[in-house]
Amino acid sequence: MDLGLTEEHQMVRKMVREFAEKEIAPKIKELDRKHEYDRAILSKLGQQGILGICIPVRYGGAGMDYISLAIACEELERIDTSARVAMSVHVGLNSLSLLQWATEEQRLKYLVPQASGQKIATYGLTEPNAGSDVAGIQTTARKEGDHWILNGEKMWISLADVADNFLLIAWSDMEKKRKRDHSGMSAFIVERGFSGITTGSIHGKLGVRAGNTGSITLTECIVPEANLLGQEGEGFKIAMSALDGGRYTVAAGAVGLIQASLDASVRYANDRQSFGVAIGKHQLVQQMIAKMVARLDAGRLLVYQAGWLKNEGRRNTRETGLAKWVNCDAAFESANDAVEIHGAYGYSDEYDVERYLRNSRGAVIYEGSREIHQLMQASYALGYRQDKPLRCELPKYDPVEWQKES
Amino acid sequence: MNIIVCIKQVPDTTEVKINPETGTLIREGVPSIVNPFDMYAIEEGLRLKEQFGGKVTVVSMGPPQAKEALKEAVAMGADEAVLLSDRAFAGSDTWATAYTLSQAIRKLGQFDVILCGKQAIDGDTGQVGPGIARQLGITQLTYVFKILKLDPQSRALVVERLLEEGREVVEAQLPALLTVVKDINQPRYPTFLGIRRATKLDIPVWGAADLPETDAGKLGLKGSPTQVVKVFSPPKREGTVVLIQAETVDEAAAALADRLLAEKVI
Repeated sequence: MDLGLTEEHQMVRKMVREFAEKEIAPKIKELDRKHEYDRAILSKLGQQGILGICIPVRYGGAGMDYISLAIACEELERIDTSARVAMSVHVGLNSLSLLQWATEEQRLKYLVPQASGQKIATYGLTEPNAGSDVAGIQTTARKEGDHWILNGEKMWISLADVADNFLLIAWSDMEKKRKRDHSGMSAFIVERGFSGITTGSIHGKLGVRAGNTGSITLTECIVPEANLLGQEGEGFKIAMSALDGGRYTVAAGAVGLIQASLDASVRYANDRQSFGVAIGKHQLVQQMIAKMVARLDAGRLLVYQAGWLKNEGRRNTRETGLAKWVNCDAAFESANDAVEIHGAYGYSDEYDVERYLRNSRGAVIYEGSREIHQLMQASYALGYRQDKPLRCELPKYDPVEWQKES
Repeated sequence: MNIIVCIKQVPDTTEVKINPETGTLIREGVPSIVNPFDMYAIEEGLRLKEQFGGKVTVVSMGPPQAKEALKEAVAMGADEAVLLSDRAFAGSDTWATAYTLSQAIRKLGQFDVILCGKQAIDGDTGQVGPGIARQLGITQLTYVFKILKLDPQSRALVVERLLEEGREVVEAQLPALLTVVKDINQPRYPTFLGIRRATKLDIPVWGAADLPETDAGKLGLKGSPTQVVKVFSPPKREGTVVLIQAETVDEAAAALADRLLAEKVI
């Protein structure tokens, strides 16, 4: 058993940390204050290869493993959640789904430009009236000749107004839609340039104010037959396996947010004096710090366990879900404690911890609310739920395969 | 074009704390980094290679863990790396360091440009770069702010130097040693491809026995004309704050100027 990170992983961490500290940290407070989305950060992430970090070189990626993806997410969210969110939708939900389910033609057409950062991608499952209740979505796809016609609305979609490519889930069998039989769903690769697609941004979010979140409206949107991802009727399976990628990045990012909360708290506790001593000397402050340390180490181990399973090509739906649930709760609690340690200053945006607290809250809800994750974990334990093999599994990480030029 | 970049691994001074009781640096647990000025030298070397072709070789003298610094340079795009590490090199001052590095550079063979940072952030002497040039008997151009011209055919080099009293444009002939200042460029991040290369690259470690025709008497502590007697924090400056007050900002500025003139500060 080896729990150590390789030298390669450590160098990846150093590089992404430097990147985030130089390219994001200096401007994030202003962007967050102004609710401003900075496209330049995404472009730089692309140029640096981070947007294709764990995609094989022959598909335009950097050819690193799945653990490297987690490390990058951790380091990005250590500075700001908005950058990690981009990784979640672009890499975790979309690109990894293409790697898992797409045909070779689709991979060359869509995955290659996404992995190299030339095209930005996102994922649309959630709708105004359906989140946890996936079978409750209303978007439909009807076949007409050699194309599909999509109608409906997607909501709470990260990078909705920014992305070039969308992975969208819709009902393609109306009879099954009526029966809520999710084998009637299909997945589609939709380009912004297709007719009948419009997007908009959502304002007034509690957190991740430097990130773009929005809606997608499909009105008789024409999608070529070749853009069906997987087989007709596989949409639900694709949507769920995409979440194995997305939740992994969210769980890893949460570790970064705990790290940031801990670092800020330690700094402040060593500096700020009360009752004649540094506040770190007070036992109740120490308790909050100790809990952050525990959440950090436990959370990191949960993420790396999921990453190791991915590297091995083993199913990780349960482990990834567990990491996502536990870490997002832990990040919220840690940020909350960090605000407490900072006292009144923590309540103002003079310090970063109030942003950590606001940013941590969304992830408790999205990509499986904490309630859904608890139901899932209980279902596994009680024997109500078992993961069946998929027609296409996320490929096992093979350094030789991943680094082949063609 | 053969480009050699000399780098040093130093403690990250932003992480260094001072023991308030003894006044000395707490070095334990302080992460090591590539000397920031050397990062500009690496970047300039990579840019020269991109422009003129050739290869970049990074050289460092230090303990075995200095390999990390060399790997970082390789991750940025350097082609080859050599670590000079031997107990015989321990305790070297700037003269012995420059001698050892120049012996290694002789062993590397033909070169066109040697790049160094203007100084290291730990020792702050700025002497090793010029020392290497002197040992090798080549031109030294210190505090280079910009390479204005480099012609591999005519071997002509024109650089702008950043000096305290202004900027200076100088011409020279290759081969030359340049020490570079902060503003010369913006160092790139390592790439994923570079990281993979760096972790797989077998970096040779050269000891005193690997450097041909080397005078053992010029190495390490016994080859060092200068010896550090004591390291200490200078006593805190005593002083008082005088608040210059006036009705308007202009008047306050005039009063301040008068006072500074009276004190012969300006």
